Amino acid sequence: MTEARAQILTSIRLALGRGVVDAATQQELRARLNGHRRNLVPARGQVTGRQKVEDFARMVEFSLASIARVRSVDEVPAAVTDYLKQQNLPAEIRMAPDKRLDAIPWGRTPLLKIARGMPDPKDEVGLSGAFAGIAETGTLMLVSGPDTPSTLNFLPETHVVVVRASELVGGYEDAWTKLRAAMPSMPRTVNFITGPSRSGDIEQTLQLGAHGPRRLHVVLIDDDPQAGPA
Amino acid sequence: MSLALHPTSKAFKANARAALKNETLQRAMGHLGFAQKRLEAVGRLPEFEALRDQARDIKNHTLQHLDFYLEHYEEKLRQSGGEVHWCRTPEEARQAILSICRSVGARTITKGKTMVAEEIALNPFLEANGVAPVETDLGEYIIQLRDEPPSHIIAPAIHVTKEQVADTFLEKHAAYGKTKLLSEPREMLEEARGILREKFLGADVGLTGANFLIAETGSSIIVTNEGNGDLTQLLPRVHIVLATPEKMVPTLEDVSTILRLLARSATGQEFSVYTTVSTGPKRPQDIDGPEQYHVVILDNGRTAMLGTAFQDMLRCIRCSACLNHCPVYNAIGGHAYGWVYPGPMGSVLTPGLIGVDQAGALPNASTFCGKCESVCPMKIPLPGMMRHWREREYEQRLSPPAQRWGLAAWAFAAKRPRLYRLLTGLAARVLGLWGRRHGNMHNLPLAGGWTQFRDFPAPEGKTFHQLWSERGQR
Repeated sequence: MTEARAQILTSIRLALGRGVVDAATQQELRARLNGHRRNLVPARGQVTGRQKVEDFARMVEFSLASIARVRSVDEVPAAVTDYLKQQNLPAEIRMAPDKRLDAIPWGRTPLLKIARGMPDPKDEVGLSGAFAGIAETGTLMLVSGPDTPSTLNFLPETHVVVVRASELVGGYEDAWTKLRAAMPSMPRTVNFITGPSRSGDIEQTLQLGAHGPRRLHVVLIDDDPQAGPA
Repeated sequence: MSLALHPTSKAFKANARAALKNETLQRAMGHLGFAQKRLEAVGRLPEFEALRDQARDIKNHTLQHLDFYLEHYEEKLRQSGGEVHWCRTPEEARQAILSICRSVGARTITKGKTMVAEEIALNPFLEANGVAPVETDLGEYIIQLRDEPPSHIIAPAIHVTKEQVADTFLEKHAAYGKTKLLSEPREMLEEARGILREKFLGADVGLTGANFLIAETGSSIIVTNEGNGDLTQLLPRVHIVLATPEKMVPTLEDVSTILRLLARSATGQEFSVYTTVSTGPKRPQDIDGPEQYHVVILDNGRTAMLGTAFQDMLRCIRCSACLNHCPVYNAIGGHAYGWVYPGPMGSVLTPGLIGVDQAGALPNASTFCGKCESVCPMKIPLPGMMRHWREREYEQRLSPPAQRWGLAAWAFAAKRPRLYRLLTGLAARVLGLWGRRHGNMHNLPLAGGWTQFRDFPAPEGKTFHQLWSERGQR
């Protein structure tokens, strides 16, 4: 293995006609790695304020996910139960043990059965909180952690994701900036999710729900004063 | 069936002929609809062209410092608790994967879609060593059941019709008590989903490829639409990533730029459904995720392409745009190419990986229409590189004798202008006389391949040189 490693690195250096990268260049490359310099960010990835919220909502639907917009956390439980009813799904959810979701007054919908913790293969509906929403493509960003198991994003047939307007960003680069500010190092898993699972592998006919969720429903808490009136 | 173990690139012409006559294949290939979707997606992003230039520059920069970035990547990966396994050859990679499997007593291994695993013929090797591989991408699953190789790098079962899928499921799913002949893709997907769900939950090891490796963070990235790659890497105790060195990208910002091109170029989506960044094994407090994270980095001749005429090929991100737009690929499908990577990118890569003596026919399978290069998100000059391979093939005296003699005879005459004018003038006169008497030619000696499908236009009786000089005098 160490022999293979040495040989591969040597092969690269020989092919490029040089030895180990010299100290000055190494310093440059390290600066590049640590500088988080952005390349061209398309206009769609630079939106702010109201535009950001509207673009996000529009692109979520473009990705074949659905979206419900509420004015405050208080309205989230009703939005979730309404959605489940509309989809003919049981009023039972598996919710991430995410503390951020505790701020939602779940007691207001006593008929909604909520299980917390590690998802079970039998769970039909999963609910998680997003780390960010990306307006550019209507993409949800979820990160793994003790309270945010990634499995919940994939096992249940229906995935409901709660995101606040204040958690929306323009482009992917903004999402990385937000992640670096929030965490000292990379979490085990970062999931970018854009719409429900799908496959076109049989005669290129689009089928939703290949292995991951067949339905992706976003509950957007549109309460950000920075973003202007809804 | 593994094309890596049994390459048929040498028989390309016969393969292509058979493919053109295969009506089922022709019907299946008619479903390939990515090109139109790409066009629409590109139209929705005004910055697309500018992003292509930047993506090309990012990869060129990375390749110029690939040793540095690989070492940095390894250091960061170790810090997050993962392990790198460096492998020069397919055999080393197979052994590395098997020894990880054995170390945890693995009996079954779920697999996300990876072309590199095809390249090293991993499945037959694992089977022979008592580890059962289960493909989980729907297309890969279908062809695994059919014992066929993939025919497209992102739509592996594009050559299969839904009736064939139904027959295959009827035969192979009987073991699970499924005995109904299905007719709709929806039902087929449901049946496969149910069976594969059990496999996900029961697997000891999950293996995925990598679309990218990130030097900054020591992460690997996979891009999928089904979510199979995520269940593959999240549920088992061990996650193995099979990657190659040129998948490297310096930073998360750099990969964001390239990701903007990947899905749009591939399927015409704004973004793939799942883009997953994995860094090391589960953290001590995490309640899910794999306990072990291994990255097998296989070279298999790639680093030897650096500094050569084929270095640009290492920018490839396997989006498949060149396949989707290639008139040759669309006509004959992927299997005719006879090795793992079909289409224009395969025609450049395959001779580099298995030798021009084996795969010399592939770079000849191009009309040089240039569509592949014009749609390549990484701006890889594919036709130019195919031309390089043709030159090498000629230099190494590997091209067919008739072609070599023909070229030599032409070159002999072309270097002697008077002889050239005499011969072409004579030929033009004879053909012109014949044409005036009989009209267009329905058959022509040595050109049956042309006249079988269309008439050869009757020559006018003068050569190009003669017509050109007459034009000049006017």
